[in-house]
Amino acid sequence: MTTAVLQPALALPVRPVEKATAEPPWVRLLLIGLALAFLGIFLFVPLAAVFYEALRKGVGVYWQAVTEPDALAAVRLTLLAAAISVPLNLVFGVAAAWAIAKFEFRGKNLLITLIDLPFSVSPVIAGLIFVLVFGLQGWFGEWLSEHDLKIIFAVPGIVLATIFVTFPFVARELIPLMQAQGTEEEEAAVVLGASGWQTLWRVTLPNVKWGLLYGVILSNARAMGEFGAVSVVSGHIRGLTNTLPLHVEILYNEYQFAAAFATASLLALLALVTLVLKAWVERRFAD
Amino acid sequence: MTFAVRRHSVLPGFGIALGFTLLYLSLIVLIPLSATFLKTFSLTWDAFWTAVTAPRVLASYRLTFGASFLAALINAVFGLLVAWVLVRYRFPGKRVIDAFVDLPFALPTAVAGIALAAVYSANGWIGSLFAPYGIKIAFTPLGVLVALTFIGLPFVVRTVQPVLEDLEPELEEAAATLGATRLQTFTKILFPTLLPALLTGFALSFARAIGEYGSVIFIAGNLPMVSEITPLLIITKLEQYDYAGATALAVVMLLISFMLLLIINLLQWWARRRRAAV
Repeated sequence: MTTAVLQPALALPVRPVEKATAEPPWVRLLLIGLALAFLGIFLFVPLAAVFYEALRKGVGVYWQAVTEPDALAAVRLTLLAAAISVPLNLVFGVAAAWAIAKFEFRGKNLLITLIDLPFSVSPVIAGLIFVLVFGLQGWFGEWLSEHDLKIIFAVPGIVLATIFVTFPFVARELIPLMQAQGTEEEEAAVVLGASGWQTLWRVTLPNVKWGLLYGVILSNARAMGEFGAVSVVSGHIRGLTNTLPLHVEILYNEYQFAAAFATASLLALLALVTLVLKAWVERRFAD
Repeated sequence: MTFAVRRHSVLPGFGIALGFTLLYLSLIVLIPLSATFLKTFSLTWDAFWTAVTAPRVLASYRLTFGASFLAALINAVFGLLVAWVLVRYRFPGKRVIDAFVDLPFALPTAVAGIALAAVYSANGWIGSLFAPYGIKIAFTPLGVLVALTFIGLPFVVRTVQPVLEDLEPELEEAAATLGATRLQTFTKILFPTLLPALLTGFALSFARAIGEYGSVIFIAGNLPMVSEITPLLIITKLEQYDYAGATALAVVMLLISFMLLLIINLLQWWARRRRAAV
């Protein structure tokens, strides 16, 4: 009997239950569509254009553009600048985070703000300040030229500008992370007889390894891609003081568009690798 | 400014860690930055004022700050939309799209610049859609707006997203139970809660945009009085060996950036308090 009563009820068309806190499907579709259209015209289309323009004249032109001596010299200089600036800022980030997160002192908030300062300085000004200090007209200009040393329009200037623009990346990842972890584990290690270095290597750094890696990835992407600051101090000497982004600019200004986009596609690939690594670290982080 | 340890700690290395931090910070950031202010003192006040208020300079401020403000506004509206869609809805490819929001942070600005110039020029993929209507995007002030929107895109999404994720569903359920429509719930409940994060994202995007150089110069056309941004003017002055003039402009930009940094810190403090209260 009961089944006979239930059967017609089940056969009725079932309307999906709409949650009172959800938007109607057409609103949802419209919003998703608008968001994707916005991201499309500002992110995806320009990114696709880099690879399209790079390969438009064929693989031969592409290969020639990325293997010519000036391009290879630019790759080497870009790698060198990143290889110096990233480790230096990594050491700084660990030291700053150790002092700020594990100890109490006055002026801490001011120090954190000062560490973030390079992010709010225009890249052009980041280059300018080193010209004012080390350029011919600068503070040490005369002394440097007397001793035949070149910093501006030479590799050291490029490295300095790169260090400046990537300065806060590792520190700002590590400081909040190490603050959240407190000092108990380190105190236990020290009480059990570990030295300061042992505590840092065996306790602190393993605890923050994902945050550290995250900072290094972001810092490396910025170091290899920096344009404005490096442009001011480089002098644009082909084969000598050109980084990859500067090489892209020179080719573009010479109307060698295919070669410019071919070189740019190397940097775009770097950006894609950065995004993949970043997403991977974020997922490991969340676990 | 004193750095005195208030509480004794058993952990070693405070002196060396703080000492190294302060030394490195001073050498790389503070001393070089102070060079701009010291260099400006070599100018008389009148010379400084003339340098930073010349007509060409004023035109560059209008473009830089106007386009940065509009770009931040566009990013506030669409950043909120993107954050909402990424947190609230499910659709294929969502994880990949979420990761791609950070592209402007990862893509070198020079690459972004030439890509945007190619796409938005009169014969580019998007520019050619507007060209028949007489709208030129690349090599006009509109191009500057496009580039600044691109580089500021992640800020609002990334400040609003975590707040939206942490939101308690009870708030909205209570509003619905009390008879509020979805739109009322959004404008009266959700929007005020998201506002501090939204404003923070807006300010971050604006601050990033005013200093931007690489992505803009390729698409701007760089016509004096029309499409020339202030950072480019600094470089132009440097190339003419007008170090004092370039530095005077840099000091104006730095002072504005520091003011924005202060505002952003206050906004973040407000956002944290708001989040703690909810």
